[in-house]
Amino acid sequence: MAAKKPKLAVWKFASCDGCQLSLLDCEDELLAVAGAVEIANFPEASRAIIKGPYDVSLVEGSVTTPHDAERIHKVRRASKFLISIGACATAGGIQALRNFSDVNEFVSIVYASPQYISTLKQSTPISEHVFVDFELRGCPIDKGQLLEVINALLNERKPNIPTHSLCLDCKRQGLPCVMVSQGTPCLGPITQAGCGVLCPAFDRGCYGCFGPMESPNGKALIEKWQEMGADDAEVLRSLRTFNACANAFEKESRKYE
Amino acid sequence: MNKNGKTKKARNIKVDYLARVEGEGALHVKIKADDLLDVKLKIFEPPRFFEAFLRGRKYTEAPDITARICGICPIAYMLGASHAMEDICGVKVTGQLRELRRLIYCGEWIESHVLHIYMLHAPDFLGYEDAIRMAKDFPEAVENALRLKKIGNQIMTVLGGREIHPINMKIGGFYRVPTKKELAVLVDELKWGLETAIATVKLVSTFDFPDFEQDYEFVALKHPNEYAIAEGNLISNKGFNVPISQYDDYLIEEHVEHSTALHTHIQGRDGCFLGPMARYAHNFKQLTPTAKQLAKEAGLGKVCKNPFKSIIVRAVETVYAFEEALRIVQNYEQPDKPAIEIEPKAGTGYGATEAPRGICYHRYTIDDEGIIQDAKIVSPTAVNQKTIENDLMSFIPARLDLPDEKLQWQCEQAIRNYDPCISCSTHFLKLTVDRQ
Ligand code: SF4
Repeated sequence: MAAKKPKLAVWKFASCDGCQLSLLDCEDELLAVAGAVEIANFPEASRAIIKGPYDVSLVEGSVTTPHDAERIHKVRRASKFLISIGACATAGGIQALRNFSDVNEFVSIVYASPQYISTLKQSTPISEHVFVDFELRGCPIDKGQLLEVINALLNERKPNIPTHSLCLDCKRQGLPCVMVSQGTPCLGPITQAGCGVLCPAFDRGCYGCFGPMESPNGKALIEKWQEMGADDAEVLRSLRTFNACANAFEKESRKYE
Repeated sequence: MNKNGKTKKARNIKVDYLARVEGEGALHVKIKADDLLDVKLKIFEPPRFFEAFLRGRKYTEAPDITARICGICPIAYMLGASHAMEDICGVKVTGQLRELRRLIYCGEWIESHVLHIYMLHAPDFLGYEDAIRMAKDFPEAVENALRLKKIGNQIMTVLGGREIHPINMKIGGFYRVPTKKELAVLVDELKWGLETAIATVKLVSTFDFPDFEQDYEFVALKHPNEYAIAEGNLISNKGFNVPISQYDDYLIEEHVEHSTALHTHIQGRDGCFLGPMARYAHNFKQLTPTAKQLAKEAGLGKVCKNPFKSIIVRAVETVYAFEEALRIVQNYEQPDKPAIEIEPKAGTGYGATEAPRGICYHRYTIDDEGIIQDAKIVSPTAVNQKTIENDLMSFIPARLDLPDEKLQWQCEQAIRNYDPCISCSTHFLKLTVDRQ
């Protein structure tokens, strides 16, 4: 018999399903991936559940309920490699906006009977609960990067995922800078590359889907934004979206509260 | 299994996590001897509180933020939010910009419908646990499905920058509109897609369908000139046809204990049915001649009341979406401006579009600086919850003598008729059958 294929599992926490959908969106590679690994637990795609342990677990979503805070430990124990995928899993996601407010108020805005709702005060990334082997950024993740990470793990090498700024990729592609040419505020200088430079190519400023780059200079960028006329409220809102609780974005945003 | 089952028929079936639906949910079925006592669709998808944190955000941010409610149907959210804001500010997007919005929505319908038809629902009819296992016996069907889905995603990418959470949509239109040449690259694939979508209708119409028809209240959008996708009145076969601004007067939300997604019933009545079968029932006449002919050949009447046949209706709509996409691409003229300029104005506005799973409703109130004061968003799956429960209440009694495993799979299939998207509605599935 051929060597056993590594087992891949996909887990969902609080999220929009977009990141795991990226796997199904690899239309050209999906059957090849399914040939290289055994898809052992992927409820969005299959009702067959194969028991762990798993060689690779992809974890989407953030931890927002007491039940999920326990469940993530079970996932960790069952997984050799655990990769968190997407802004929800790596930074808490857009739902981490509750971390700056009173969650009880949030519950009562949305639900008529708050007593039925069990939720935590904070939405937290997976790494705050368990050891994570690799974090893949993005809201959503880039499917090319996802395939790279799976490939690297299968071949026992380090994934080639750059941590430099979007700005660098933008210049490499020879796109005119939207801040210089249009006066449009852009988070590109402090945001990690990986999306393929989408926003500037569509005449809009980057809005930070991939979270902070390795060594962001938030202060310098925001000063520039202010020269361009951005007020504190706009700066605050721009830093507080899908990666609002990623360390560098959160720290910088506190100055404009 | 019920361990202390003293009665002969006492059984207890548990499925903890319903698969091949988007999001987290469970089903609890209570059976005592030969009586079905209760069906509860439990949605335990953790709430993410979009309506709460939208307060205080700028109106222009609503499309990108609400997109994150659902990775499968972001356009429904982006466009619903945009329409509501445009409604408040007194702006109407027309001409080629409106056509481009319809085009990207066709992309979302294609991507989502094909995903559901082939990867999530067809395996039930053919007896496979998933499409990948199905691919071993039906390689061509699965390869075609992947290519069809990819075309839907290509439309999204060409127009929106990427398929999940496109970056190019905004209130008033787009950040950048494509050139004629950029859109023209889609034509050959769209033509292949149309042929393959036609073959899909023929394929799914050969499946075995359980005999199961219900008297549904179908609610959809109705537009005078076209098969409604992004605009129209709210119409029901039980007697209303009103502007979407009256949504809250007719569709009433309630918070039930077993679900983090609010339930909906029609004022004074029961649950209603949103989605492809509802659109088809109300707007059949507005389909293209090809789509109508295919529906007829597939044995669908002008109204289809068997939810298991929703897979055929989805396939018919996919044909329609390909034809619409081709029409728009072939008639495209690049507009002068990518978007209409908009100034905020205090007020309340409404937006409702036909997401692949049915009406997705938005209502916002903003102040004169454009800061959001209040937001209400209702996803189609949340509305359909009650109807899914009703279906199961009618479906299970005739099947009580099935072995647990079979009954469970058939219940799952009945739920998947609705292509439930639970991430959306929480604001989905674990299955337990409790036989006492
Ligand atoms: S990171 Fe973004 S795309 Fe991924 S699951 Fe979270 S909200 Fe969805």
